[in-house]
Amino acid sequence: MADLDPEIAKTQEERRKIEAELASLTSVTFDRDLYGDNDRDSYVTSIAPNDEEDANLDANGSLVAQRLASYTAPKSILNDVARAHSEDDDGGFQPRQSIAEREGEYRNRRLNRVLSPDRVDPFAMGEKTPDPSVRTYNDHMRETAVQRQREETLRLIAKKKKEAEEAAKEQKDSAPVAKRRNRWDNVEEDGGGVAKKAKSSSDSDWDVADSAPGIGKWDATPGRAGDATPSAGRRGRNRWDETPTPGRVTDSDATPGGGVTPGATPTGVTWDATPKGGSATPTPKRQRSRWDETPATMGSATPMGGVTPNAAYTPGVTPFGGIDMATPTPSQLNLRGAMTPEQYNLARWEKDIEERNRPLSDEELDAMFPTEGYKVLDPPATYVPVRTPARKVMGTPTPMTTPGYVIPEEHRGQQFDVPQELPDGLPFMKPEDYQYFAALLNEENEEELSPDEQKERKIMKLLLKVKNGTPAQRKTALRQLTDKARELGAGPLFNKILPLLMQPTLEDQERHLLVKVIDRILYKLDELVRPFVHKILVVIEPLLIDEDYYARVEGREIISNLSKAAGLATMIAAMRPDIDNMDEYVRNTTARAFSVVASALGIPALLPFLKAVCQSKKSWQARHTGIKIVQQISILIGCAVLPHLRSLVEIIEHGLSDENQKVRTITALSLAALAEAAAPYGIESFDSVLKPLWKGIRSHRGKVLAAFLKAIGFIIPLMDAIYASYYTKEVMVILIREFQSPDEEMKKIVLKVVKQCVSTEGVEPDYIRSDILPEFFKHFWVRRMALDKRNYKQLVETTVEIANKVGVTDIVSKVVDGLKDESEPFRRMVMETIDKVITNLGASDIDSRLEELLIDAMLYAFQEQTTDETNVMLNGFGAVVNGLGQRVKPYLPQICGTIKWRLNNKSAKVRQQAADLISRIAVVMKHCGEEQLMGHLGVVLYEYLGEEYPEVLGSILGALKAIVNVIGMTKMTPPIKDLLPRLTPILKNRHEKVQENCIDLVGRIADRGAEFVPAREWMRICFELLEMLKAHKKGIRRATVNTFGYIAKAIGPQDVLATLLNNLKVQERQNRVCTTVAIAIVAETCSPFTVLPALMNEYRVPELNVQNGVLKSLSFLFEYIGEMGKDYIYAVTPLLEDALMDRDLVHRQTAASAVKHMALGVAGLGCEDALVHLLNFIWPNIFETSPHVINAVMEAIEGMRVALGAAVILNYCLQGLFHPARKVREVYWKIYNSLYIGAQDTLVAAYPVLEDEQNNVYSRPELTMFI
Amino acid sequence: MQASDRFNINSQLEHLQAKYVGTGHADLSRFEWAVNIQRDSYASYIGHYPMLAYFAIAENESIGRERYNFMQKMLLPCGLPPEREDD
Repeated sequence: MADLDPEIAKTQEERRKIEAELASLTSVTFDRDLYGDNDRDSYVTSIAPNDEEDANLDANGSLVAQRLASYTAPKSILNDVARAHSEDDDGGFQPRQSIAEREGEYRNRRLNRVLSPDRVDPFAMGEKTPDPSVRTYNDHMRETAVQRQREETLRLIAKKKKEAEEAAKEQKDSAPVAKRRNRWDNVEEDGGGVAKKAKSSSDSDWDVADSAPGIGKWDATPGRAGDATPSAGRRGRNRWDETPTPGRVTDSDATPGGGVTPGATPTGVTWDATPKGGSATPTPKRQRSRWDETPATMGSATPMGGVTPNAAYTPGVTPFGGIDMATPTPSQLNLRGAMTPEQYNLARWEKDIEERNRPLSDEELDAMFPTEGYKVLDPPATYVPVRTPARKVMGTPTPMTTPGYVIPEEHRGQQFDVPQELPDGLPFMKPEDYQYFAALLNEENEEELSPDEQKERKIMKLLLKVKNGTPAQRKTALRQLTDKARELGAGPLFNKILPLLMQPTLEDQERHLLVKVIDRILYKLDELVRPFVHKILVVIEPLLIDEDYYARVEGREIISNLSKAAGLATMIAAMRPDIDNMDEYVRNTTARAFSVVASALGIPALLPFLKAVCQSKKSWQARHTGIKIVQQISILIGCAVLPHLRSLVEIIEHGLSDENQKVRTITALSLAALAEAAAPYGIESFDSVLKPLWKGIRSHRGKVLAAFLKAIGFIIPLMDAIYASYYTKEVMVILIREFQSPDEEMKKIVLKVVKQCVSTEGVEPDYIRSDILPEFFKHFWVRRMALDKRNYKQLVETTVEIANKVGVTDIVSKVVDGLKDESEPFRRMVMETIDKVITNLGASDIDSRLEELLIDAMLYAFQEQTTDETNVMLNGFGAVVNGLGQRVKPYLPQICGTIKWRLNNKSAKVRQQAADLISRIAVVMKHCGEEQLMGHLGVVLYEYLGEEYPEVLGSILGALKAIVNVIGMTKMTPPIKDLLPRLTPILKNRHEKVQENCIDLVGRIADRGAEFVPAREWMRICFELLEMLKAHKKGIRRATVNTFGYIAKAIGPQDVLATLLNNLKVQERQNRVCTTVAIAIVAETCSPFTVLPALMNEYRVPELNVQNGVLKSLSFLFEYIGEMGKDYIYAVTPLLEDALMDRDLVHRQTAASAVKHMALGVAGLGCEDALVHLLNFIWPNIFETSPHVINAVMEAIEGMRVALGAAVILNYCLQGLFHPARKVREVYWKIYNSLYIGAQDTLVAAYPVLEDEQNNVYSRPELTMFI
Repeated sequence: MQASDRFNINSQLEHLQAKYVGTGHADLSRFEWAVNIQRDSYASYIGHYPMLAYFAIAENESIGRERYNFMQKMLLPCGLPPEREDD
């Protein structure tokens, strides 16, 4: 060992040197050969390592929505648009995530809602006075009113404080600056000042006000959000009422009496009445107290009316804390209810990470390193081990204060890491479920329980099976729940189901299942659900604004069923109090729910109520919600509003002049929604609002103006041409003024309105050209517009619409210079516009000068592009070249030069794009007579077939295919005989794009130029093709079987057939099916007689798969050859006889479908004898029960009906129609019915002669008439 | 019927077919079937003009009269339904 020391020292010395060197370099150095020289760009960023903060939102959800949100209310619709792009990217797979994690802050407010207690059902009571102990509609309304008043008062107090504070500040200020506060857009909010402070300046507050409440909203003030402490519920006991003693907080919250009392928290929100932001915390940044961050504990998750899940609710586990106390390791935790689900999740995760990242122990190191040649060194004197205190704490199971040994308490329910086995084969219970299902773990004797408890237990068991069970368990449990719904009772059922749905860690699948349970039991319970309507709504309403389309549909379905079960009156009574709820979230979801009720029970039923609500004098919230309901109705039911359009407009029209600005805005938006739904009809219904709208756009500014403009934008397209033109000119003045508005939302709306106005009939091109275009281009065609995706899209759409009116030249000549702009997004936007304009209108208007400019700029833009994910440049280039057609000839050499240059580029993307461009312009090149150039490109592409990036290789093959297609096999360079052998190995490539393009190219060659290639090469390809039958993509499989046909035609069927027949022996079903199809295709292309003998011979192989394969081939074969089958029917009949008598069901099934195709093919060609013979073999199978078999048999009989005539089949049928056994009759009547439907008229001649009975005439004397 | 084939294509087809007038089922009585047969027959005679013409010649009536008669006969083609034995 001693002799190693100098060596080690030397090595260390060297390493130090290298490290010093490395440290001196600022850039990142790594092995370029190994990692490629593109540095960080290529890293997968899906885990977002660079993001500053994890906003806890998913990629396509609310974060995007917040940025993109317009102030139009239907956020779900916007989400749809925003998601449309990203949905494809993840390949349809998303990591399992709980719904709450996925959702944003706004949607998670659903967890703040409280399941209100049951209400009395006035219908069930009749005339009785309700018992004072039960809750009635009155109670509820009163509570809501009190709540509202309280909020109001609190706000006033805060406002006063704030004003006082400001006054003080202003006095203090030595140099008072005249502060101009722009209040126009939040009249009712600015009392609170919080809004102002909290909102970041970049935030567009348009949307905040209406649909996405920021932190500054009143209802979101942390003081009020009672999630941190499990208060008894917001409605009932509010925290405000109570004196905040620290003790109360401690005992209810998650701190195990550590040193910190909430009252003393320095950053803490004061617990008493003042909402923050006022004088209480003067810091501008919103400081979050630790208390706020505690995840919603049981209090918020546990509904008031529901059960408290566990009596032994031990306070004490905060996995975040770790400041002062020792947090026990997760494995120690008593899982039975002590942890909230979030806590558990966190702990689980943390434990996992700890496990993976723990330092290697000496033993492990010893095991890893060889014993020889290494020496254990002492750590340097300066070395101090890194010890993250938090980790340390996590790692040690003892509390920090080391209290000495304590005998661990024996606890039967204690869980270590192993999930407890559940009795009666119940499914695995997730830790999150313990708080709901814990009772099931108590192995008490069921007989000792009271009937109610037994019932409850039963419900819990069934629900657990539905939630976590296997599909079979789930199915039976669901059925039991449905069947016994009335017996179990609405109350116990909903008390168990609804809390589960409020569970914060619920996953999509679980929610789907539970919602399904509700849906099923609703049917059964019917009017019994009435007391629970509001509870159900609280849980289901959030589904209506879920980002998942299917969740929204489910939500609608439930609410619609609920309203059918409970009736309109109950629904209104349940939802009325929520209409003027202080929380915007509640109002929003209620409005949506109401629209569903309207669509379920009919708009007329709801009209009187809506009218009353929209005219509510008491609160603007009610009016706002009422009008919003109208908006939601029109969005939901679309053109079905037309019959009620006038009354709906009348209900909301007064809102345009409402004193509250939010109400005015929502009114205009609702009118816009109504007009959109009604388009292109119903202008007469809007007559009454035209005047206020047009007056409004002159008097309003900002947000209201935008809403009014939007309404006008949707109404104008409904008008007649003359009026449209008039009104467009009226509104255009305002629009042009607003062109320069800096507001993003206004911009979007203006663009949209311009698009709608311009596309209307009555607007003249000249007017657009002179009045709109100059300003339009000046203000909108700027680089900034290209940066925001939605602006970009809207601008392109609007410009294309204008181009449709004014023509190509005006637009293209204006924007073409933008292709040389230095901003790439802008160039892309220009290109997309040009692409769409030219695709729509053609390029014939473009003069030679513009053409030159265009091509030049386009080449520039094409070469300058760095990224093109969406293929905008490529599509644009293709569209322009195809639009110009032969005029592009002079530029082709230049274009091809560019392509060749780019084919040689280092970046794979560039190469791929160049190849793609060839396939786009190949046809035009042919038109221009540039065959030589194409041949040249062909050779170039041929040389690049060694490409290693599959995406690029696929494109190159596609380009080759395009060239081969246009110049033909004979003129192709390189010659086909050189090209094809090069393709054979590529067929082995497993990449889908490569496979598809390659098989297409090979198939094309086999079809058109098979003679250029020796037969042996084709056989080789045949073997490769067999592998391709496994492909996942249907297109590839189809191309493959077709290619088999072409090859068989080229080299004769024998060899190909032998290959295919051998392939029938493989195990994989898909492979066999494709092989049978290929055999049938070969038979079709090479005439059946070349194939049938070998095929029938193969049937003698005593192997199930082979025989079935042969039968299936026969079935396909007769399907393909149609009436050609008449020459072969006698040949195959013995084989089919055998198959139809086989014991194996599949034999009979396949043979029956072969007979069907055969019968249909030879109908009317004189093969009745053989067919009747086969029918005699088919007929005994009518009593089969396996669905596929019986289906095939019935279809065969149908085929026979066509070929033999209905009379023959009827005669087979008559024997069983009145058979004594019902089972027999059922089958025969089934056959009779399809016979009757197929050939009713024909049967008249074939019905049996019935004898008259005493009173009844059954005979048909007319048929015996004879002249 | 088994639970599995309650929703398959065959039963859907049966359900669909059952909506047509004239189709039958296992509990159809002789009378009901005969009524269907009679009505179908008359409809067929009326629908095929040559048939109508043939009957007109045979019965020495006008074609219009024949058509009218057939239509009338479609009302109660077999007379009143027989008394049900079970009720």
